[in-house]
This record gives sequence, structure tokens and C-alpha cells, in this order.
Amino acid sequence: MSEQGRPPVFLERRSYRRRRMMDALRFLPVLGVLLWMVPILWPTAADGPTTAEAISMSTAVVYVFAVWCALIVAALALWSFLRLSPEMGEDAGTGQR
Amino acid sequence: MASVNLLIAVSLGYVTFLFAIAFFAERAAARGRGAWLRSPLVYTLSLSIYCTAWTFYGAVGYAARSGMEFVTIYLGPSLVMIGWWWALRKLVRVGRVQRATSVADLISARYGKSNLLAIVVTIMAVVGVTPYIALQLQSVTLSLSIFSTPEDTGELNQLVAGFWVAFGLAIFTVLFGTRNLNANERHDGVVIAIAVEAVVKLIALLAVGIFVVWGIAGGIGPMMERIDTSPIGQWDMDRSRWVALTALSAAAFLALPRMFQVMVVENEDERHLQIASWAFPLYLMLMSLFVMPIAVIGLDLMPAGSNPDLFVLTVPLAQGQVGLATLSFLGGFSSATSMVIVATLALSTMVSNHVVMPVWLSARADGAQVSGDVRNVVILSRRASILMIIGLGYLYYQFSGGGAALAAIGLISFVGVAQFLPAMMGGIFWRGATRWGALAGLVIGFVIWVYCSLLPSFGPGAVLSVGVFDEGPFGLGWLRPHALFGIEGIDPTVHAVTWSLALNALAFVSVSLVTFPGPLERLQGAQFVNVFDHSTQARGWNAASATSEDLMVMTQRILGADEAQSLFRTEAHRQGLDGGLPEPTQGFLQHLERELAASVGAATAHAMISQLVGGASVSVQDLMAVADESAQILEYSNKLEAKSGELVRTAGQLRDANEKLTALSVQKDAFLSQISHELRTPMTSIRSFSEILRDTEGLGQVEKTRYASIIHGEAIRLTRLLDDLLDLSVLENGQVSLRYEKGRLNDMLEKAILTAQAGSVGSLDIRRRQVEGMMSLTTDLDRLGQVFINLITNAQKYCDAPNPKLVISVEQDGPEVAVIFADNGTPIPAEARSVIFEKFARVSDQKGSGAGLGLAICREIMTRLGGDITHLPSDIGNTFVVHLPRRDALAAQ
Repeated sequence: MSEQGRPPVFLERRSYRRRRMMDALRFLPVLGVLLWMVPILWPTAADGPTTAEAISMSTAVVYVFAVWCALIVAALALWSFLRLSPEMGEDAGTGQR
Repeated sequence: MASVNLLIAVSLGYVTFLFAIAFFAERAAARGRGAWLRSPLVYTLSLSIYCTAWTFYGAVGYAARSGMEFVTIYLGPSLVMIGWWWALRKLVRVGRVQRATSVADLISARYGKSNLLAIVVTIMAVVGVTPYIALQLQSVTLSLSIFSTPEDTGELNQLVAGFWVAFGLAIFTVLFGTRNLNANERHDGVVIAIAVEAVVKLIALLAVGIFVVWGIAGGIGPMMERIDTSPIGQWDMDRSRWVALTALSAAAFLALPRMFQVMVVENEDERHLQIASWAFPLYLMLMSLFVMPIAVIGLDLMPAGSNPDLFVLTVPLAQGQVGLATLSFLGGFSSATSMVIVATLALSTMVSNHVVMPVWLSARADGAQVSGDVRNVVILSRRASILMIIGLGYLYYQFSGGGAALAAIGLISFVGVAQFLPAMMGGIFWRGATRWGALAGLVIGFVIWVYCSLLPSFGPGAVLSVGVFDEGPFGLGWLRPHALFGIEGIDPTVHAVTWSLALNALAFVSVSLVTFPGPLERLQGAQFVNVFDHSTQARGWNAASATSEDLMVMTQRILGADEAQSLFRTEAHRQGLDGGLPEPTQGFLQHLERELAASVGAATAHAMISQLVGGASVSVQDLMAVADESAQILEYSNKLEAKSGELVRTAGQLRDANEKLTALSVQKDAFLSQISHELRTPMTSIRSFSEILRDTEGLGQVEKTRYASIIHGEAIRLTRLLDDLLDLSVLENGQVSLRYEKGRLNDMLEKAILTAQAGSVGSLDIRRRQVEGMMSLTTDLDRLGQVFINLITNAQKYCDAPNPKLVISVEQDGPEVAVIFADNGTPIPAEARSVIFEKFARVSDQKGSGAGLGLAICREIMTRLGGDITHLPSDIGNTFVVHLPRRDALAAQ
């Protein structure tokens, strides 16, 4: 009905969203690096007695795997979004210029 | 306790099962029903060869020793996969476009198909990966020994077991890895087998993990508590190692030959990569999920001093779970075998394509133009390479004695293959990278790796003396293997990674900056870096000098007769040459080279074609200039062709016009001379007789009258001639105006006969054949009558028969109506027949009184009226046929 009357606006929003999703896809590994490098900020026993108490291993395990799961879910979500959106096929492969 | 024999039987059964799967997969693929073999799932699972026995067993041991550090080995690849858009996407595309068969092939192709570079990469890969293969053999035999009771230790000789494992793997790899020569056809059997193994090892590890968490610890909560209270219960991380190992595993994931094999060479569809971008991290996450619990429980339950590398096996065994332990053994076995198979396949491709084949080719004087099937040689060399590499791995295993030195080899191997990374990534992202830069980077990285990582791994005093470790070689303190440039206190692995990769990249970049790439290099560089802009490529073969026959003969030897013929046929068809060999165009040569490259590698294919073509490769500038020039020349030549065609046409028209003018001029001359002659004759007699009348005295009245009547007759003749000329001129110029009237043909003929007979005294017997029906027509009756009169008069004048006779008849044939005038006079000679309708044409002079314009006028009149007049030759006389205009005849119906 009204959508048929103004498809350009609709498409524009779609392709704009698509572009931003591609941006997110590109940003995802950067986010992964940042999050997984957080553990190097954690205090360790080797730092000496003045530092805070070392983080327990179970916390570390949960953190690392939580980041992992989040990244996987984000990658899956982005993939399914980009796959379902129109004009995915080749553009997702060649990327945007 | 499961006996070793039972375990061996289970292993053999499992291997047989894999053989069967691989076999049926190959069969299905050969029948074109192998679509499911190439699903994204299979692709993702095949990537799991990253998880070798080292990670299957070793990760738990690693965790038991260093806590969470083990996970860095999985974090790097996960980041690479999640960030597929940045590097993998391009790597896969480049590898597919260039038909790269291995890492060495890719690097060599990028840097101008340098075989030197390919050989260097191959040697580095063999040196780096062979110990890794030895590690797999060790893990299998070690895990086997866990099951052996003290009684049968004697029957299990680890070295013998290692030999049989190596032998079985070699057989499998030879059978399924070298079935197809063209790497483009990929190894369906191998891929499906490693996909199955990926599932087995994941299930095995998950099963052990679930058993440990819920079976032993009693749930997640208690498990976490046990983790925190264990010896590794606190976060105690060497920060530099956390960063360096993550980066190293990411680099190795990209650069490992076996990863390149499954990720790029065996890639069927680039979209599979997108799915693997989340599916493979998921796999890795699941693989590492229970590592920490197993390590903690192992440390808790197992007696002190037991090997933590084997907790995956020993913990279930200690709990009496023989079935679970057997499954776990199969998981480790799967990890080891799939890694060995693919790594061997990848290495053997390199060795065969870049070492064996070039040596073999250059050893033969006639190079590529050898007789016989090169295909067999390639397959043979590949099989020999497989046996050689597994043999090397086994030898390494034997000489290292299965000691602890092997345990460290995993990371060391990673550092070794990571040296490819600068040349690879630089090659696909930086056009300025040169062959010498790549070579310098690779060699420097390799040397530093050997010196700082590989040799020290054997321990002080083994290869490098203790003195070298403490004082540096020749007392050069800044060259100590674990403290280069005197910077001490760095973890040895981090030290090796940092220095080797940093100096590698530095040498790569700086040498690239100061050297100048060759033309082919620059072209390939542009192809690689801009692979998404144009996936076609242009390289300069001087196509003219290669003959299709030579190429065909060579291609047949490599691809086999059928495939080569179909390739050439397709190309010939594309070129529009059905039923023949295609022209060796540049495009075709490039296509052919890539096809061959898939079988024997880029450098060899390039060398083979260049032998036939003459090695002519053109610089980029030349190519561009040639491309520009040829485009311009093409345009010019098209224009010239058009112009020259036009000129030819114009010249033809001019020639015709000239001929016409010449003919007209001749006609005009003839006409003028004729007309002067015709006018002069009567004028002469008029002048003569008028002079006689004027000058002669005493002429009698009778004579005067006679002379005057002669003058009068001649004047009439002149007038008639001039009238005729005028008439003809008017007719010829088309200025005549026709007056159309309706009349009857019979009446017209009647009138014409009367008119003709009135003015003559001849004895012509005119007969008419009456026409049935009263034919009426609409035409210029006077002009048509003039034609009839003229024909009758002609018969009166020229019919020389004793009894002159003219038969006039009308014939009708459908719409065609013809009036025929047939007399019985002497037939007009054949040579004169063609000119009787021309002006002033007279058959003979003896009896002629006319000027020879009559028939010319008749023809003009008939043309004007839309009809025709012809002369039919016959033996008994002359026949003139007047074809009445069609329009008039129709009107006559």
C-alpha cells in the first residue's frame, strides 16, 4: 500500500542498515581482541604482595568463555542478517567500496 | 583394562570405516552426486585439522601446567575466523583465482612465479612441519602405551607401533590424496574423512568432559569450586605470553600449509567461509570447554608425577570407564591421523611441484616437450613425496626417541610456519612487496627461528653447546639464542616469536622498498592486491609463437587426453572455430597456465608454457602501452577499412561514370557524323539542282519542273529527317507528353494499314489474322499507331521477296498481349540484329531511303508507353513483336 508508494525510502533504510552491519562485522574481531586482551590487566601473584588479590581461575574461565560465546553469537547474528537481507550474495563477498 | 590388541583392532576397524567413507565419497563425487560433500558443515569440520593430537591431549597437559594459557592457541584462530572479512576473504579469493595449490605456490605466484621462493618456502615448511608429524606419531603410540598392562609392555615396542601408524597413514594419503591430479578437483575422500574425524574427536572430548564435570565433580558449581582450590586455581599469567601466543596462533592459522589446504585449496564456495566464521569458533570453543575441568580433576585424582598430557585417557581409565577411554583414544587417534594426512598432502604437493618436478623437467634436455605422459610422473613424484615426508616424520620421531623435547615442538612449529605470514599478507595487501623482499624476510625469519627456537629446543648441549647459550657464539654475547641483542629476561617462545617475526617483517618491507620488482611480479602484485576489482588477469605471453599442437601435446601429458581435449574443444568453440584447435591467444594461454598450475603449481606451469612460448613476458608498461596502442590501432584500422571500402566504391562508380561518358562521347561523335552525313546528302542535291536552275539557260519547262520537284522532294526528306530527330530527341529526353485515350486494337491496326498503304505504291500483301474479341486498350493511340505504321512502312520498303507479304497477328498469353508483324523478306543478318534499334542503323545501303531513325523511334515510344519491341530471328523473314504495355493489356480485358 503505502510502502509501494515509496519504495526508495524503504530500500535506503535497508541498505543503510546493511552497511552498518558490515561495519559491525569488520569491527567484531577488533572487539574480540580488546576483550580477550583484558586479562593482561589482571593482577597476578607475581606482581608482588602490594597488588590486589589475584583473580580466581573460575572467574577467568567464565570470562574467557563468555566473551567467546558472545562473539560467536554476534557473528552468527550478523551472518544471518546479512544472508537474509537482499543483495547479500556478491556484495558480502566483495565488500563495499 | 582393554588390551592393546583390542585397541589395535578398534583402530583398524575405525580406519577401515574411514577408508570406506572416503571411498564412497569419491565415488559419489565422481558420479556428480557429491553436493552434500561440499556443504558448509563439511568445510567447517575440515578446518578442525587445526586441532591436532597436540591440542587434543596437549591442551589438558598445558592447562595442568600453565592454567588458562592453553586457550590462547584457540583464541587466535577464533579471532581470525570472526574477522574473516579482513584477511581470509581475500586469501581465499586469491587462492581460488590463482588456483594456488599450496602456500609455497601462492607465495611463488605472487612474486613473479619465482621457483626459488617456492623452494625456500617448501624447505621451511618441511623443516617446520616434519617434527609436528613426528609429534602426532608419538601421541598415537604414547596413548596406545597407556592401555598396555605391565605384562605386555614387551609386546608393544613404541617404535614399531609408530612405524605401523606411519605406514597406514602413508597408504591412506597416497590412496586418497593422489587419486586426482588436478588439485582443483580437490580431495573429496580426504575431506569427508577428516570431517568425520572432526566429529569423532569433538564427541570424544565432550564425552570425557561431561563425564568429568557431572560424573566426578558433580555439576558445574562443585566443578568451579574444585578449579579454584586446585594448584592452578589462581590467575597467574605471563602477560607477554598471553599476547604473543594469541598472535602466534592467529598467524599460524593463516600460514600453516595444512590449514591453507583445507581453507583455500579445498574451498568449494566462498560463502562457506562466512558460515565457518561463526561455526568454527564454536567448534574451537567446544573443544576447549572441558579442558580446564579435565586438567583440574586429573591433577586432583591422578598420582603425582603422572603425565598430564594423557589425562584425557588416564582419568576415564582410572575411573574404570574403558569404553569412554577407548572413545577418547579414537578422538586422539582421529586428531593425529587427520593432521598427518592433510599436512602430508599439503607438503607433498609443495615438494612435488616445486622441487621434484622442476628438477625432473630441467634434467631432461627437451624440457616440456618430452614424450610420454607427464601425468604419471607428477602423480609418482607426489606419492614419493608423501612417503618421503611421513618417512621423515617417522625418522625424526625415532631419533628424538619420543622424548619430552617433542612436547615443545607444537609451538616451535607454529613459530616456524608463522614466518610465511609477512610474505603472504604483504603479498595480498601491498603491491610494493617484491620477490627479494619476500626472500629476505623468509630467510631471516627462518634463520632466527632455527637459531632461537628450533635448535635450543633440543636442550643445552644437544646441538648448541652450553657455551653458546651462556656466552653466545664465538663469545658474541649479543647473539645468545634466548637473549638476542642482549635483551634478557624474555620468555624464550615470546623471544623467538617477537624477534623472528619483527626482523622478518622489517627485512621484507625494507628490502621491498629498495628493490625493483620485475614486470611479471608487478603484474601479479596488481592481480593479488586488486583481486576484488578484477578477477581476471593479464600476463604477457607472446601468443603468436606457441603453436596449438605443442600446447595440446603438453596439456595432454599433464591433464590427461580426455580433459585436455575437452579443454581445447571448449576454447575452440568459444573462439568460434568448431572442429579444430583453438588459436593460442593470450587469454587462452593464461587460462591454460592456470589449469596446469592446478596440477603442477604456478611456477612449473609457467616454466612449461614459457618453454613452448619462448619465455616472452612483457612489462606492465609495455602491456598497457600495447593495450592502449592496439585499441587505438584497432579503431584506426576500423576507420581505415570503412574509408577504404568507401573509396573502392567511389572509384568503381567513377570508373563506371567514366566509361559511360566515354561511350556517350563516342556515341555523340558517331551521331554527329551520321547526322551531318544525312543532312549533307539532300543538301547537296538541292544545291546542285538549284544551281542548275539558276545558271543554265534555255532549260525546258519539263526539265525545270523535274528539277524543282527533285529539290522539293529533297526538302521534304530533310524536313522529315529533322522531324524524326526532333521526335527522337523529345522521346529520349523524356519531355514527351503522352495523351491517354481509349481505343480498340483492331481499329488502330486498320487505320495504320490504311495510312501506310496510302503513301506508297508498293505491292505488299498485308494479311491480318483476326483476333477473337474486341480488344480495347487505353494508351497514347497516336504514338502506338506511329509504331505500327513504321513497322508496316519498313516492311513495304525493305521486303525484297518476289511476292512481299506481311502477316499481322495479335497474341494473348494471360495478361501479355503482343502484336506480331512477320514479313517474308531476307532475314536481317545476325551481326546487324543487335543494332537495328540504334539510331542511324541501316541494314544495307542499297535500297535505303530512310535515315535509320524509324526503329529507334519505335523503341523509344514503346519504352515510354511501358511496353517493348523486339526482333525475332527466323529463317523465312523478319518478325517484329510489339509487346503492349501490361497496364493497357489489363485494361483491354
